[in-house]
Amino acid sequence: MSAESRKRKKAKVFLDECVACGACVNVCPVGAIRIFKGIWAVPDSGRCIGCSRCEAICPASAISMEVSK
Amino acid sequence: MKTGSNWKDKMWIVSLIYFSLGLFNIMFAWLGMLCFVIPMIMSIFGKEKAFCNSYCGRGKLFTLLGSKKKISLNSKLPAFLKSKWFRYGFLLFFMVMFVNMLFATWAVFSGSGSLNEAIRLFWTFNVPWEWANRAGEGIPLWTVQFAYGFYSLMLTSLMLGIMSMLIFKPRSWCVYCPMGTATQMICKIREGEKL
Repeated sequence: MSAESRKRKKAKVFLDECVACGACVNVCPVGAIRIFKGIWAVPDSGRCIGCSRCEAICPASAISMEVSK
Repeated sequence: MKTGSNWKDKMWIVSLIYFSLGLFNIMFAWLGMLCFVIPMIMSIFGKEKAFCNSYCGRGKLFTLLGSKKKISLNSKLPAFLKSKWFRYGFLLFFMVMFVNMLFATWAVFSGSGSLNEAIRLFWTFNVPWEWANRAGEGIPLWTVQFAYGFYSLMLTSLMLGIMSMLIFKPRSWCVYCPMGTATQMICKIREGEKL
């Protein structure tokens, strides 16, 4: 994945599938994702660098990288 | 940018110590109640799943083995295992098994049942291990019965978690972990979110 295409992609969480385990939080290199009140993960699209580590680690496959508009 | 690891990443050591101690003195099984009480207190009063997110030794163990040591096939968890029916159903199943264990404890306490000194896996197989003795004489037998029952529950769930870690993504156990489901449910109810 080129740096350019990575820049445009941002983590998106499917709230209904998220189990709020925090695996994504622990793996994010820039601290761009947090667990909101123990319910689900919330990514900060402003800080997300599109590395997709959260997508890879999520046990519920509740995160996907989507091109930001 | 985050670098290195912190002490929370080493919580897997606590998990290993817990299971090791229990194998030699079953009364240490009682310490496992902390893994029930602390997440509940955190979710009820702290409004979060901080235990799962940062402190769960089991979660850290699966991260270490599956993600860092890479002993995981890393397959996607089948849809039914992450469905709400399965997650809440598994929580209910574990609660029923917990109550069943309390009945066995009560039976020993009241004298209507005898002490069963065995670690039982998957509610079926007795672990061929006879070193998990109690601490000594004078200890109420019902506390020993509870310890055997509780350690069996903890070891069974650890085995399920390890199998999930090996086949699916490392922290797949977290998807249907009864404590994780229960604490998320508490947080959702408080915030008025649908379950």
